[in-house]
Amino acid sequence: MTKSNIALLVLLAVVASLPLFGGAYALRLGTIACMYAIMALSWNVVGGFAGYPSFATAAFFGFGAYTAGVLLNKGLPLWLCVVIAAVTALLIAAVLGAALLRLRGHYFAIASLSLVEVLRELVNNATDLTGGGMGLNIPLGSGSGVLAEAMFFFYAMWILLLLTVLMVMAVAGSKLGFGLACIRQNETASSMVGLNTTLYKSIAFGLSACFVSAAGGVYAAWVHYIDPSDVFDILYSVKPIVMALMGGLGSPLGVACGAFLYLGLEEVVWRNYIQIHTGVLGLIIVLLLLFLPHGLISLRPANLWRRVKHV
Amino acid sequence: MSEILRLENVSRHFSGLQALRDVTLTVNRGEVLGLIGPNGAGKTTLVNTICGVTPANSGKITFDGKDITRIKTYQAARLGLSRTFQIVQPFAEFTALDNVAAAALFSQPGQSLKMAREQAMAHLVYVGLELQANHPAATLTLAMRKRLELAKALAMKPKLLFLDEVNAGLNSAEVERATKLIHELAASGITIVMIEHLMKVVLNVCTRIAVLHNGALIADGAPREVIENPAVVEAYLGQQYAKRNVARG
Repeated sequence: MTKSNIALLVLLAVVASLPLFGGAYALRLGTIACMYAIMALSWNVVGGFAGYPSFATAAFFGFGAYTAGVLLNKGLPLWLCVVIAAVTALLIAAVLGAALLRLRGHYFAIASLSLVEVLRELVNNATDLTGGGMGLNIPLGSGSGVLAEAMFFFYAMWILLLLTVLMVMAVAGSKLGFGLACIRQNETASSMVGLNTTLYKSIAFGLSACFVSAAGGVYAAWVHYIDPSDVFDILYSVKPIVMALMGGLGSPLGVACGAFLYLGLEEVVWRNYIQIHTGVLGLIIVLLLLFLPHGLISLRPANLWRRVKHV
Repeated sequence: MSEILRLENVSRHFSGLQALRDVTLTVNRGEVLGLIGPNGAGKTTLVNTICGVTPANSGKITFDGKDITRIKTYQAARLGLSRTFQIVQPFAEFTALDNVAAAALFSQPGQSLKMAREQAMAHLVYVGLELQANHPAATLTLAMRKRLELAKALAMKPKLLFLDEVNAGLNSAEVERATKLIHELAASGITIVMIEHLMKVVLNVCTRIAVLHNGALIADGAPREVIENPAVVEAYLGQQYAKRNVARG
């Protein structure tokens, strides 16, 4: 196990201790932090490892939210709904990936973006099943107190994050991760050395979808009401990319830190500049990317010290 | 001599451009076949067609008794068809070792990364890149990258090896070194098809020569016969080369 993987697990343990220090607000932030980290780490599998800039995160998030939402309304237990959401997303993404991932670069980005719109329209029009534009109400859980419920959903999201992290670590250290790195660097040469690129890309796309979909399922149960414009929000596709870039493309530790940093910035900026918060946030992101192109992970204490000495 | 590769009336066009016309060619086990011809004659397209990068529009390709006309690139690689690229295609961020390890890992079933790296080192030693094993491929010189290509191709345990202009862009010392390597490979029993413009190397290494011109095969035979063939002189070698050749005897 590498140093950065250990650091990532330690970071996760620290996040898990959050309920010790805060009330409902902290738990809400913690839940969103875990959700963002799941999205960013999942995007990193296809965007960071394989180098395919996917904009389909929102599609699978919404897919998971609606799958779980509809099944919860049918009376299935939450854990089963989340598992079903994850497994179906894995399969659908793998099949779609085999077709979509034939496109490269900008073409793939646009095609994956259209996936969000297609699913949104499907959900909008399947009124009988999903409630269409009216949204979908999801039955309340056990009815235990507000704080207990907040705690429950925080840990549900945290467990999903833990699973995502373990998946990402397993991929990074395996033949699959090695193959994806080959594909990112030179796809022609990869197939020429006997790498089944279509298969590898499909698996990567499936893995990047399944935990996002599960997170969508937990999200739906958490907020009790979802509608297409909320869960198929294109920002859910864009934010993970920004987080990954801020943290350091390809590095799981960096990407997770990027997700937390992004949430922190979002929250601070929103509190202080409510009128122009998106403008300020955008500016900060641009500055960060300009001056730290390789992300947080490139900030090594040793490097900083060298720079200080240089000055 | 038994044949390892057979092409029957293979054609390939890119919309209006006929890149290969009815090419019929066999390659025998253990020989070194030189594939020559002017720029744009379809030499690289022929290799791409055999390896499944640009599948043939018509005709049939048989490799080792199997029909591989419609095969996918990665399947061709696993069957034992390997190649080097005219324009080198390294995994730029990987070290030289991992470049070769990737070839060993994905071309052979049931390989682990650790085993692949061990084998890769042996191939790097063979092509003389052991000192550069841990350098990123992007930092190697062109001559080294060409040898890296060769190491990658060898790591795939090829039955048939295509060398696409391994000597292009190298200086004469580097060419000599590469030629020596090819000689050794041929001696080890690998069947080689080499695309090459340096006639000195072709005549030095090849046991047979095939000539492509405008996508069609215009000559195929022993080196001495082919370079005296008037059609080949006209299309590729030029009168000057022919005269010099005659003068030299």
